[in-house]
Amino acid sequence: MDLRFGDSKPTDEEKAAVDELLGPPASAWEGADDRSTGDLRWALGGRDARERRDLLLPGLHAVNDRVGWISEGALSYLCRRLTVPPAEAYGVATFYSMFSMRPRPSKVVHVCTDIACAAAPGADAFRADVEQRLGPAGQARDGVVWEPSPCLGLCERAPAALAIRAGQGCPSAAGPGAGAAEAASAPSPNGANGSANGANGSGPASPGVAREDAYATAVVAPATAEAVEAAARAPQDAPGEPGAGLAVPQAGDPSLKLLSRIGVVDPESLDDYRAHGGYRALRRAFAIGPAAVLREVTDSGLVGRGGAAFPTGRKWQATAAQPDQPHYVVCNADESEPGTFKDRVLMEGDPYALIEAMTIAGYATGAHHGYLYLRGEYPRALRVLTGAIQQARARGLLGPDVLGQGYAFDIEIRRGAGAYICGEETALFNSLEGNRGEPRSKPPFPVEKGLFGKPTAANNVETLVNVLTVLELGAEAYAAIGTGKSTGPKLFCVSGSVERPGIYELPFGATLGELLSLAGVTGDLRAVLLGGAAGGFVRGDELDIPLTFEGTREAGTTLGSGVVLALDSSVPLPRILLRIAEFFRDESCGQCVPCRIGTVRQEEALGRLAERAGGPEAATDIALLREVGEAMRDASICGLGQTAWNAVESAIDRLGAYA
Amino acid sequence: MTAVPLNPPRRLVEFTLDGEPARVPEGSTILDACDAAGKDVPTLCYGDTLTPKNACRVCVVEVEGSRTLAPACSRKAEPGMEVRTDTERARHSRKIVLELLASAADLSTTPRVAEWIKEYEAKPDRFGEDAATLNDGPKVDNDLYVRDLDKCILCYKCVDACGEQWQNTFAISVAGRGFDARISVEHDGPLTESACVYCGNCIEVCPTGALSFKSEFDMRQAGTWDEERQTETTTVCAYCGVGCNLTLHVQDNEIVKVTSPHDNPVTHGNLCIKGRFGYQHVSSGKAT
Repeated sequence: MDLRFGDSKPTDEEKAAVDELLGPPASAWEGADDRSTGDLRWALGGRDARERRDLLLPGLHAVNDRVGWISEGALSYLCRRLTVPPAEAYGVATFYSMFSMRPRPSKVVHVCTDIACAAAPGADAFRADVEQRLGPAGQARDGVVWEPSPCLGLCERAPAALAIRAGQGCPSAAGPGAGAAEAASAPSPNGANGSANGANGSGPASPGVAREDAYATAVVAPATAEAVEAAARAPQDAPGEPGAGLAVPQAGDPSLKLLSRIGVVDPESLDDYRAHGGYRALRRAFAIGPAAVLREVTDSGLVGRGGAAFPTGRKWQATAAQPDQPHYVVCNADESEPGTFKDRVLMEGDPYALIEAMTIAGYATGAHHGYLYLRGEYPRALRVLTGAIQQARARGLLGPDVLGQGYAFDIEIRRGAGAYICGEETALFNSLEGNRGEPRSKPPFPVEKGLFGKPTAANNVETLVNVLTVLELGAEAYAAIGTGKSTGPKLFCVSGSVERPGIYELPFGATLGELLSLAGVTGDLRAVLLGGAAGGFVRGDELDIPLTFEGTREAGTTLGSGVVLALDSSVPLPRILLRIAEFFRDESCGQCVPCRIGTVRQEEALGRLAERAGGPEAATDIALLREVGEAMRDASICGLGQTAWNAVESAIDRLGAYA
Repeated sequence: MTAVPLNPPRRLVEFTLDGEPARVPEGSTILDACDAAGKDVPTLCYGDTLTPKNACRVCVVEVEGSRTLAPACSRKAEPGMEVRTDTERARHSRKIVLELLASAADLSTTPRVAEWIKEYEAKPDRFGEDAATLNDGPKVDNDLYVRDLDKCILCYKCVDACGEQWQNTFAISVAGRGFDARISVEHDGPLTESACVYCGNCIEVCPTGALSFKSEFDMRQAGTWDEERQTETTTVCAYCGVGCNLTLHVQDNEIVKVTSPHDNPVTHGNLCIKGRFGYQHVSSGKAT
């Protein structure tokens, strides 16, 4: 490898951002200004120089968070520091939608235009108003630029927006430990019920940085154009977010298992967590040993809650049994399925539960290092979890000797940067390793060759949190919840035309009607989208569909990630379908042909259909959609392409769209 | 004579291919088995000198018990597997893949694709006149080779050949995402400002002619490129002592392109700038 870095130089600010993450350069080979005699004698190279490739993504974040975009000089300096070919780093940086390779203002506001927000009343007027105040999307005006965004995971408070101002003191130093200390030591701005609740405008205030110049984020939901504009211009002054408990209409109900602490405990207090049953599951795990934990999880019948429903026990056992070392635990918190927000609520409202569950996963699978790959659009979850990990470390619940049991385990947070595909586990590994987030072909499966090519147990947030319930109740009692084939409690993300949108916890087996009556349907229910953009529509009168994996399959639909998006007859269906198609076109990684071009052709056909339904031309377009959809489902590499046609197909076949 | 390295004997895997028993050495792919059985499975992103990326999906076949179709180029044959290469389902996906590619990219210089489009009855123009195309235009920024990305099907072969699989130069990568993804050097700049060493190994593996010798590009523009009139002569490169095989493509007594045999144990199809592009002095008349 003979790298060529070009002549572009980083600015002092860009250099400082990278050095804050990586430390000062060790030699001129790594980009130090002064060349020492040692540098002339020893070249830096080989495996040692290249083994920090996984810090490329945090490095890109560092620059983007500090300056707002990534210049040639900054990329070249980062490449020099990490011995990464600039062409590859450019390929990685351009993969993510949150990074910009062109100059842009430091203030960027992402306005969600995805299905839940598009179905909210007044969505068109809202967008027009935002355009009037901030100018056309993507065009900077008065130091602010706004961008239409895929689902921000704030569907219970639609419409939503996320304002980010680049500056000093950004949380991107979520590399190996750096920055975490700062975040934890930052004083909580609010009182007991959720210092994690308010505190919009996150970002630890670094000494000597004016508040107006510091990195800040602000979540605006439910958003008005006026509030979006205010947050975009001064995110540090945005009003605080409501507590995570507000997303749980059932909060405080004693029958809750997964949501029992949300809205009840202070998410930033480890003591509060322990006072409410925290760390009982881990103690039991240590008491019974890893083999028994594997047995419990297997016997409980727990299956993955991310959408694929793979048996968790089998995954863990297969990982634990691999002779290759080390093993890794990866928590997939890249929740990006439109309409899904359960993992965000879990992480914001009960962060220690996830940390405890990851520790148990590590203990059972023989891993000592866990990665938490967190969605880039979740600033509050990042802040809360960073603080929680720091606390847990300080109290000996993470680190070289967890709970004094001689077991070493630690967790590192890595942030995504705007790519739905990174929720696919092998794409997530590639992203984490500093490559483009493209899915790998399976086999080999992650349990054999996962992160860094090592045996890896990758689990969704909700799945992991279920493990606590399994260990607290015991496998038998857990398996008694729900139905024979779908065991345990399940979280549902209810949004759209309902009175009380939010996260609902019900045992598997409840019907769609029961769930919707809890949430209170408004208007005449025309359709329900189950499972998000990759899921399918059912009619408003199919309320007796049992919400289980087997029940939805029998009904010819899917449970997916637990999205239940209710649409009344005022919502223009063709527009929603077009939005779904746009989503897949935007989010296709581009690796395989059926998905890369098929999603474009699907969007084009739906665009034509949205303009004129009926007639022979419409029939031709529907036939074309079917043919392309079938090939996407059959021949795409990963689940994105394979499911990109599901929702549209169900709308045509079940709802009679375009009929 | 070329020395053929002999590998230790491998165990045979027995499986069923289109209803017929097939036996291939362990580790072989379904495509290897199809080749051995004389079946013609179309491929585009497959390269005989590269690890399959299975990105184009034109070689998909049906494997019994598998929810989706499997790429023949990279799925290994397993004992007892039942593979069907010519089912309705597989043919449908191949047809759509060909339609999608031909509707977005210029496949006029892709070998055999016209034949396949006919065989699978693909109709690339069915997506309408407004169907998005790559629409990039050729990049001519140096005297040696041209990047005509309108013809690119994003097979990743050039990236793999430039990077870790052969050249270790890492001058190019895929940048962007989805339909906007393109093969690019850093900051989408010209090749002359990149790490490119002009070995031309990317041209060697390009399946569509998106990467081509400047000489070929110019002759095609002028309408004088005629493969019927070309002869191929394989010789040994005289620039250094490695002994690379060169295949000189000659038209009207002028060398118009240089390749290397992929089965040559020295080059595996790869050359350096001297072997690939250093032929011009032969025609200049000074090398006597």
